[in-house]
Amino acid sequence: MFEALDAVVLARVQFAFTMTFHIVFPSFTIGLASYLAVLEALWLWTGRSVFLDLFKYWLKIFSIAFGMGVVSGVVMAYQFGTNWSVFADRTGPIIGPLMAYEVLTAFFLEAGFLGVMLFGMNRVGKGLHFFATLMVAVGTLISAFWILSANSWMQTPAGYTISAEGQFLPASWWEIVFNPSFPYRLVHMVLAAYLTTALVVGAAGAFHLLRDNRNEGARVMFSMAMWMAALVTPVQILAGDQHGLNTLEHQPVKVMAMEGHFTSHPDGAPLVLFGLPDQTRGEMRYAIEIPKASSLILKHSLDAPLNGLDTVPRENWPHVGLVFWAFRIMVGLGVLMLVLGVFSLFLRWRGTFYESKLLHRFALAMGPAGFVAVLAGWTVTETGRQPFTVYGLLRTIDSASPLAAPAVTMSLLAFAVVYVLVFAMGIYYILHLMAAPPHADEEGPAADEPTHAAGITPVPAMATVTGPKREP
Amino acid sequence: MNLAIDLPVIWAFIIAFAVFAYVVMDGFDLGLGLLFPFFPRREDRNVMMNSVAPVWDGNETWLVLGGGGLFAAFPLAYSILMPALYTPMIAMLLGLVLRGVAFEFRWRTTAERNLWDIAFAAGSLIAALAQGIALGAILQGVAVAERQYAGGWWDWLTPFSLLTGVSLVIGYGLLGATWLVMKSTGSLRERAYTFSWWLLVAMLGGLGAVSLATPFLQAEYWRRWFEWPNIAFTSVVPLAVVVVTILLLRSLAERQDYRPFFLSLVLFVITYAGLGISMWPYVVPQSVTIWQAAAPEKSQLFMLFGVAVMIPIILAYTAFAYWVFRGKVEAETGYH
Ligand code: HDD
Ligand code: HEM
Ligand code: HEM
Repeated sequence: MFEALDAVVLARVQFAFTMTFHIVFPSFTIGLASYLAVLEALWLWTGRSVFLDLFKYWLKIFSIAFGMGVVSGVVMAYQFGTNWSVFADRTGPIIGPLMAYEVLTAFFLEAGFLGVMLFGMNRVGKGLHFFATLMVAVGTLISAFWILSANSWMQTPAGYTISAEGQFLPASWWEIVFNPSFPYRLVHMVLAAYLTTALVVGAAGAFHLLRDNRNEGARVMFSMAMWMAALVTPVQILAGDQHGLNTLEHQPVKVMAMEGHFTSHPDGAPLVLFGLPDQTRGEMRYAIEIPKASSLILKHSLDAPLNGLDTVPRENWPHVGLVFWAFRIMVGLGVLMLVLGVFSLFLRWRGTFYESKLLHRFALAMGPAGFVAVLAGWTVTETGRQPFTVYGLLRTIDSASPLAAPAVTMSLLAFAVVYVLVFAMGIYYILHLMAAPPHADEEGPAADEPTHAAGITPVPAMATVTGPKREP
Repeated sequence: MNLAIDLPVIWAFIIAFAVFAYVVMDGFDLGLGLLFPFFPRREDRNVMMNSVAPVWDGNETWLVLGGGGLFAAFPLAYSILMPALYTPMIAMLLGLVLRGVAFEFRWRTTAERNLWDIAFAAGSLIAALAQGIALGAILQGVAVAERQYAGGWWDWLTPFSLLTGVSLVIGYGLLGATWLVMKSTGSLRERAYTFSWWLLVAMLGGLGAVSLATPFLQAEYWRRWFEWPNIAFTSVVPLAVVVVTILLLRSLAERQDYRPFFLSLVLFVITYAGLGISMWPYVVPQSVTIWQAAAPEKSQLFMLFGVAVMIPIILAYTAFAYWVFRGKVEAETGYH
């Protein structure tokens, strides 16, 4: 019994670890794929070479990030079977088809057109190449659609029946796919990906503006990114608010943990800004609160009653501290992004947008903020759902594979070593590429000694047409 | 026959198709990785890499469809096999991580000895070996009790699974070498012919050994293959292997461009069919049949619709991608 428990804890750590690594890359590639499609469209439309140069600049970075997204994603797809086999058996009839649709409609699309997008500029016409870029971008969005549907179904299960063996069986696919929390989660996550990308692009632009604010590429990317940040952040905050209301309806315990409400408040709950949640004693220590504000946000009325964790059996509590703090980190960063967006609009109006070192430093510092907010957000979502894998129906402890603890320890160690080494190098390469200023006649991805395919235009001629020094 | 009985059969064929597509497509990618250590020249390695760089991601996606399809259509089988194959699966995934990132990373370093070339070769070897071992472990059967895997975490390791592991490595090597024949020129191509020849001989050895060992794993396999009237049909398999081998040897001797690769594929088809004969109708040999493991009709039908619409489209744009990057790949240095 004791050993079984250990194996479950280790499997959870392993899932959290591999998932955390994976989600970092989609957060960036979903946004970047769309950004690349926009850049290429602008280039085709205006003919300005700066857009093509920026396209190639970010394409190199995209190819690295996408590669890491793919390999860490393949690991995720198999984790359900290796570490969570009981979960896989029980939910397979429902989660399985959703993921199968993701493979059929998204992964193949991304992968099929990726090669053309990365290396095909000189092999297919401009129009067809743009089509490939567009397909990759659409593919990432379709992928988000299906996987978030699967995840949301685990949060707010709908449209199912349960068989004698305890398997979840589909009753209505429409209700399964469009389960109650799915629309909110999809909007919130896709916007998060766009924001994350905007902040990274903005930080790179700011970095180069700080050195040379005449660099045209840096100016264009910085301006585009700041428009994104300024326009999308308010929408994201609104979406987050709606998401929270939806969660209150379907997963009230999660919201209690987010808000740090250990006790019930029959006449208006305070908004706890900060405090130290004490899980064992079931109280919030050193709380700094705004009276009745939580009821106002969640119920739109100062005196509305709100239940606390004291109404929930202890064995159904999530880890309050994690949820509570992760939520504050996400919201805090959201507010900072809003400040950045508003500040950038103000300086545009003042006419010092490309000169203000303060703005550029701020944007640079906010570069990683999207990633941190995404990870914090997922921590809220996933930890707040505990101790269940299928909310209210299947416990995490009952979901795990019948594995011996040493097996999971070994694999966890192997993942840790390989991931840390490999992904650290990848991030280093990406930073290295971003540190180089964008310039005219940018090369494409994979620039080593030039090679080319026989029977097609010789290399020197190709290089002058569109730029890349080599292609496979 | 009504629909409820037919669907698992259809799905068994769909998944078999996905796994086969994976084996041959990623097979030549992994095979190139296996051959990497034997081609130390940088220009040669660039050609090898570039011949698969635009398509490897699509190739690997078939693995996700195979695994994901099993999860969706036969969840019980997935939930029994994955823990049973825990160590080889994790090793395979990590191997694929190392192999996959090398495609991008190796262009980003200027170091003389490219660390990512080692990662590419090592990752390919680990993944190929792990897949072969997993195949052997499934064939020899796994312990099942109450809808769950009931064995230990080293059960997969036997002489037989090691044999299938090594055989698959050799097979992938053959696919990689014949692919290289098709995609390269000059001295690189000459060496690829030599490798193809030796790997073909080795693969026949592996095939022979696995074929001889398999019937002794389970009594059922023996009946399948050797009892009358089955043997009238099953004996076609070794005959076909002999014929294809002769054709393959000739095409190598005649320095054909495309034929060696496609004949190697045919060799894989035959072997795969042989596997099917042994396994049918079990997904977990001798304990869980496709009907026992099947997801409910509603799940399988829902997905069947997606498969029917999407697979032709996927095949079409995959073919397009291969077409865009057709022809020989050469290091530019070869032109000066
Ligand atoms: C909101 C987005 C999102 C989320 C929550 C996830 N993924 Fe992901 N995944 C993507 C968005 C994405 C993507 C944008 O489609 C990726 C990232 C980069 C890439 O190459 O494709 C991808 C790649 C990717 C791949 C490789 C696809 C290929 O071969 O091309 C697999 C198998 C998975 N993922 C599987 C998973 C699983 C099993 C998840 C959950 C446990 C998961 N992903 C969460
Ligand atoms: C994309 C971002 C995601 C992140 C960052 C994430 C993160 C996490 C974390 C941190 C846990 C551990 C919670 C805990 O043990 O307290 C967890 C658990 C889990 N998640 Fe997610 N998750 C993500 C998406 C998904 C998706 C899309 C699915 C399914 C389709 C999923 C399925 C699961 C399952 C089955 C568990 C149970 C294992 C466990 O409790 O540790 N997750 N996830
Ligand atoms: C500032 C206002 C914000 C509010 C009020 C808010 C609200 C929420 C809530 C309530 C959840 C949990 C939903 C659940 O699990 O049921 C959540 C999750 C999440 N948040 Fe936020 N959020 C905000 C800002 C952000 C920002 C700026 C980002 C990223 C750039 C972000 C990214 C995420 C992600 C990735 C998740 C997990 C996926 C999901 O459940 O949608 N959030 N957010």
